Amino acid sequence: MRAIATAALLAMLVLPAALPAAELDISVEIPRLNVSEYHRPYVAMWLERPDHSVAANLAVWYDVEMKAGEGSKWLKDMRQWWRRSGRSTPMPVDGVSGATRPAGQHQLRFNDAKGPLKGLPPGKYELVIEAAREVGGREVVSVPITWPGSSPQQLKAKGTSELGQVRVSITP
Amino acid sequence: MNLKLIGIATALTLCLAPLAASAHKTWLHPSGTVFSDTGAWMTVDAAVSNDLFYFNHVPLRLDGLQVTAPDGSRVAPQNSATGKYRSVFDLELTQQGTYKLAVVNHGMFAQYQLDGENKRWRGAPAEFKTGIPAAATDVEVSESLGSVETFATVGSPTRSVFKPSGKGIEMVPVTHPNDLYAGETATFQLLLDGKPAAGLEVEIIPGASRYRDQPEEIKAVTGADGNFQVKWPHAGMYWLETTSTDELTSLPEASKRRLSYVATLEVLPQ
Repeated sequence: MRAIATAALLAMLVLPAALPAAELDISVEIPRLNVSEYHRPYVAMWLERPDHSVAANLAVWYDVEMKAGEGSKWLKDMRQWWRRSGRSTPMPVDGVSGATRPAGQHQLRFNDAKGPLKGLPPGKYELVIEAAREVGGREVVSVPITWPGSSPQQLKAKGTSELGQVRVSITP
Repeated sequence: MNLKLIGIATALTLCLAPLAASAHKTWLHPSGTVFSDTGAWMTVDAAVSNDLFYFNHVPLRLDGLQVTAPDGSRVAPQNSATGKYRSVFDLELTQQGTYKLAVVNHGMFAQYQLDGENKRWRGAPAEFKTGIPAAATDVEVSESLGSVETFATVGSPTRSVFKPSGKGIEMVPVTHPNDLYAGETATFQLLLDGKPAAGLEVEIIPGASRYRDQPEEIKAVTGADGNFQVKWPHAGMYWLETTSTDELTSLPEASKRRLSYVATLEVLPQ
């Protein structure tokens, strides 16, 4: 044990430049639903502080293709995201907003060197994922995380209707 | 009570509504209160009814409708119509921020005797001097001042429309009325002629009353600072009312002033 710790310490001392940035990997399942009228869900993902204020917007998937920005009409249906940050964030946002995704497993990868996690102070956060579907339902799944923490974290959560399996992996 | 008497009683209630403390509830019911984008449209029903929010009594007249935009300008409603049970109008929301929709009523009501007969008169305060014959006796005059409101927001909530006028009962939100969520507690302040109104009783009733057995009303009383609090039990549209009576009339002939304030508030799920 001690030898391993020493080796790790040595590696850190010897290879500071090669140290990988802290990483946050998210895998989100949009379930295949057997409904008569299916629309892809609007999905928002963000990191919240314990007081619910938003620390980082990670992704907002909405109908960006509609003419005259009409897709933004339904952004308010992601109620919690809309309240926490959407209503004060003009859409679209580079690197955050994007088109809706089909059913299936979707991977997102972030690190502390760039994008929404750059400069994020270490601490406890809640990763919140909210999905809202036209003529469908709404669901919020949240996962408490420690960013970046001192050891790798593997976390899981599962939605029951509009969201499926959520896997979060953090490499400090 | 025979049918004719019921008819007269109904007509009397109508005359006083929304200002008398009657069982009838006056309201504006918006199609939505939270909007993502400028250019969105909302449509509003306006009615006086027994239940919330059902059209089962009479329409609310839109003569006193005042829509205030976030920048303070007046917005003209579109497609206004009054039917048997309700009035409707549409609004295009062209600005970011909070809109106030209010049906404001300032009226005089008089009962008097003329040639041995009981007479009634109703109108605007300015018309009072010419409204009643000089030969009238036993004149009893009351003044009414009331507002029926609802609110809608595009984007982030703003507060410019809550600047009080200093007349009658007004609500100044501590918690923004377009930022209400089930399970949370909201605080509002009530003003009377621009000053904190202490000891006002407030009644709050959730909509969809047709689908439950009890009104489930929530009662609150304002404190010395005019503030009261409501914890929202569940999501939905809520009707809020408070009334008051005093002698601070704007016409020397009026002995009594009836004040009322009504708001429809939307509470969203968490």
